[in-house]
Amino acid sequence: MSAAPIDLPRWADAGLVPLVSVAAALLVAGLVVLGIGESPLEATALLLRGALGSAEGIGFTLYYTTNFIFTGLAVAVAFHAGLFNIGGEGQATIAGVFAALACLWLQPLPGFLLVPLAILSAAAGGALYGFIPGWLQATRGSHVVITTIMFNFIAATLIVYLLVEVIGKPGSMQPETANFAGHAILTPMHQLLAPLGLKLPATPLNTAFLLALASLVAIWALIFRSRLGYCIRTVGANPRAAAYAGISPARITMVAMAISGALAGGLAVNEVMGVQHRLLLDFTAGYGFVGIAVALMGRGHPIGVGLAALLFGVLYQGGAELSFDKPGITRDMVVVIGGVIILFAGALDGLFRRFVASGLRLGRRA
Amino acid sequence: MEWIATIAVILDSAIRLSIPLLCAAMAGLWSERAGVVDIGLEGKMLIAAFASAVAAFATGSAWAGLGAGILASVLLSLVHGFAAITWRGNQIVSGVAINMLAAGLTVVLGNAWYAQGGRTPTLEGGARFGDLTLPFAAAMREHVPVLGLFYDEVISGHGAPVYLAFASVLLTAFVLKRTRFGLRLRAVGENPAAVDTAGISVTGLRYGAVIICGVLCGLGGTYLAVSQSAGFLPHMTAGKGFIALAAVIFANWRPWPALGACLLFGLLDAIAIRLQGVALPGIGQVPVQAIQALPYVMTVILLAGFIGKSTPPKASGVPYVKER
Repeated sequence: MSAAPIDLPRWADAGLVPLVSVAAALLVAGLVVLGIGESPLEATALLLRGALGSAEGIGFTLYYTTNFIFTGLAVAVAFHAGLFNIGGEGQATIAGVFAALACLWLQPLPGFLLVPLAILSAAAGGALYGFIPGWLQATRGSHVVITTIMFNFIAATLIVYLLVEVIGKPGSMQPETANFAGHAILTPMHQLLAPLGLKLPATPLNTAFLLALASLVAIWALIFRSRLGYCIRTVGANPRAAAYAGISPARITMVAMAISGALAGGLAVNEVMGVQHRLLLDFTAGYGFVGIAVALMGRGHPIGVGLAALLFGVLYQGGAELSFDKPGITRDMVVVIGGVIILFAGALDGLFRRFVASGLRLGRRA
Repeated sequence: MEWIATIAVILDSAIRLSIPLLCAAMAGLWSERAGVVDIGLEGKMLIAAFASAVAAFATGSAWAGLGAGILASVLLSLVHGFAAITWRGNQIVSGVAINMLAAGLTVVLGNAWYAQGGRTPTLEGGARFGDLTLPFAAAMREHVPVLGLFYDEVISGHGAPVYLAFASVLLTAFVLKRTRFGLRLRAVGENPAAVDTAGISVTGLRYGAVIICGVLCGLGGTYLAVSQSAGFLPHMTAGKGFIALAAVIFANWRPWPALGACLLFGLLDAIAIRLQGVALPGIGQVPVQAIQALPYVMTVILLAGFIGKSTPPKASGVPYVKER
């Protein structure tokens, strides 16, 4: 082990290293499948067929992808500022509350006003809940990682309180709000495309997917083509140099965390406004944590995040189908894969860079 | 006298609830005092809970369960050590990975092996830690007013892991404060370069700390599955590893205050359970969620420096790069 960072060509750094670590993670998953007495090849075939083998499967896959794009981008933006936002779950939860309140309270408004306002409200909720840890780090010195972990739990208890005691549907035993009005929800894709003559099966895929794609482009432009993005990357690379150049690391910390939180709010837009049409407990379902794997695998670049989100979309949908055929393999397998990817692409990055570097050297010598 | 008995019952349940926190907090303390940040306490406890339940069910022995729980937890610790110490990876990323790995793997394996939705079969008889009755408990209760009741209700009558957990606090405090190993371990968390200069292996010390951390998380997880409950339930740690992390921060990375913080958080939990649906005179009904959120809120406030000041070990989270 040398202390010097391992130099790799750009294509290898951005493409090969993540690919190798993902391949290794899938290999580990294959070993687990083998360990519980199933065939990994058969499982892979079932998984791929379930995720991509039908229009319905693809619809579900893209619906999951939407969630992962939002949470992956949220983590990625914070990464660029040198911050680790583990609070995606909490930020999405608060965003869900804000979105639900907007949908319920502003119901008299027409849809073309109500829906954008509710989306903005979700983004504002997430941004606020991301901003506070950023502000605490910038002004009080408490570390964003610990604060966001604590904020996840605070949000989880807050939403239980709100749904049980305050905004829950009266008379219902379930901790959930009343259903939103028909004009307060995002249009499902199969309805949107029906007038164009495209007949698609009914899936949860909705216009939030388009919003996610737009976010990918917008975040690319923000991070790599804007003044603010330059400031964010500078603070992430070297806060002291940034301060010397007249950039305030404190301000960038707060702004980056707010943007990150707003992006995590996209998860609430897709789930609450697009699919469930009401606020309920645990709609974040761990998507926020998988977002860390997505961001690490995508190397923080929107293109990488998009591809990694698609991979996890395939794994989620395929995993659900797989567990129908093979009850022994539950979808928690995807959580295992996510964990291993975070370990390999994140924490053991040095090991895999060394792998790739020695592999390339061998190739050159031959 | 009614209220004294009530207090004794609440304290008893506070102790039971604080044991997992206590084990994980001591574990985190060891790791962080040596300079390795560990947010994977939760995952290690979870995998220990699962492994201990599996082993206890298979062998019918709670102690075999404890062994298996510790083994599984130490294995995950070594993964963390390999990433954080040997490969100088990001310790927080590694911790997140371990939490996810444990959350997924326990359910996948549990479901594949027992097909009960991730649960393990119910443990009975010797497969669970029975309650130990301390000497003179019954006699004290009869003859000594108040104190005897507390001795019998609160201090006596817990499973072996409870007493092991309290012993771990004593041992942690003693070893860290009074032994050469403890001094070196604390030094490695403050100034690893100085330790290295003295000719002592930074890597060795940190691995040692990480393994001790694994053993203690193993104890905590085993307590959850084999002593407190009668088997493993998916996600049964339910954030206890993170409350333990909060307790460590709250205690400023010192063992005795950490014990205090864990007991306090356990007490809050016990009160929250007790107050469910009860209206207090003058205050009305206190939302249970408010009490449950209290440890997290208190930690945020403390970290922000509004009460006291938290001073983590200087080198915590920083991989050590040997100069050449």
